[in-house]
Amino acid sequence: MDTGTYTIACECPECGGRVEFARAPLNGEVVRCAECAVELEVTSTQPLSVVLAPEVEEDWGE
Amino acid sequence: MRIAILHSRIRVEERLLGESLAARGIEHEFVDVREIVLDLHDPSPWQRFDAAIDRCVSHSAALAVVRVFEGWGMPVVNPSRVIDTCGDKLATSVALVRAGVPTPRTRVAVSENSAIAAIEANGYPAVLKPTVGSWGRLLSRVNDRDAAEAIVEHKATLGSVQHSVFYVQEHVNKPGRDLRVFVAGDEAICGIARESEHWITNTARGGRATPIDVSGEVGAISVRAAHAVGGGIVAVDLLEHPRDGLTVGEVNHTMEFRNSIEPTGVDIPGRIVEWTLGLARRGWVRTPEGVRA
Repeated sequence: MDTGTYTIACECPECGGRVEFARAPLNGEVVRCAECAVELEVTSTQPLSVVLAPEVEEDWGE
Repeated sequence: MRIAILHSRIRVEERLLGESLAARGIEHEFVDVREIVLDLHDPSPWQRFDAAIDRCVSHSAALAVVRVFEGWGMPVVNPSRVIDTCGDKLATSVALVRAGVPTPRTRVAVSENSAIAAIEANGYPAVLKPTVGSWGRLLSRVNDRDAAEAIVEHKATLGSVQHSVFYVQEHVNKPGRDLRVFVAGDEAICGIARESEHWITNTARGGRATPIDVSGEVGAISVRAAHAVGGGIVAVDLLEHPRDGLTVGEVNHTMEFRNSIEPTGVDIPGRIVEWTLGLARRGWVRTPEGVRA
């Protein structure tokens, strides 16, 4: 739930920067590291863990 | 009531759909399709859901999972026939032409030599597109014969099997923008113009969005295009052809909408949720073609 004050963070596996979430993260959520711009996927919420998101594949789209 | 949101990654759109369901007091679960196994003979683990919203980014994964759910009779937004058609540009073009919906002149070839012939027949510049994929990826504008030969050879040599189908489309010299209209069933609910200096105007590639009026011809042609691909709730991309007027480029079945809510003022995730709940209230239904939207 977004309370407006929620902050949780972890370390970017690419650049070591701080990845902050303003709302409770969800498993499978994709976020972008504010420091190196790499896409990260949340693999665990407790404890918070992220990995590099999969590369875009050929049949991905809208 | 409980709704499954099928996904392979949770983007802003999927979050908004979850929040929209929660705001209505509807329970929902995010179902990562990469982690599930579906036993075709046993729907019982899935009967806790009244309906599902497909938000998979992978066309093939979405089609496989939705086919199974539909086979059991679960309502899914969008149905597999819509996914099947919209996820393949050739299938979309065939459906649009069949329904008499204006669409850019398109030719198809399945060999290198005939691909060159198709490009020459369409005239320069032509656009070569992969039949599967989106977000403006791997689109090529072919300005002359030299470029045509180079691109066709590269696709034939380096591309996957999907690139052995050459989908050649007329290049529409649009006025620096294209239109996107969101359609729910028989209604065009809102639309945006995407403006860009680049010939690819997709907002995923930096196109700017401004609202447009969808009450007239724009909305009518969009609804016809949506019907042509099987209905449901979709986003229709239109080009303004300098000679032929409005023409439909493609129809998207798991459209992104984050950049369209604010300019249009329309609660697009809310409309998707309402559409889904309408189907969910009918319950699971077995028909030869799955559940009709």
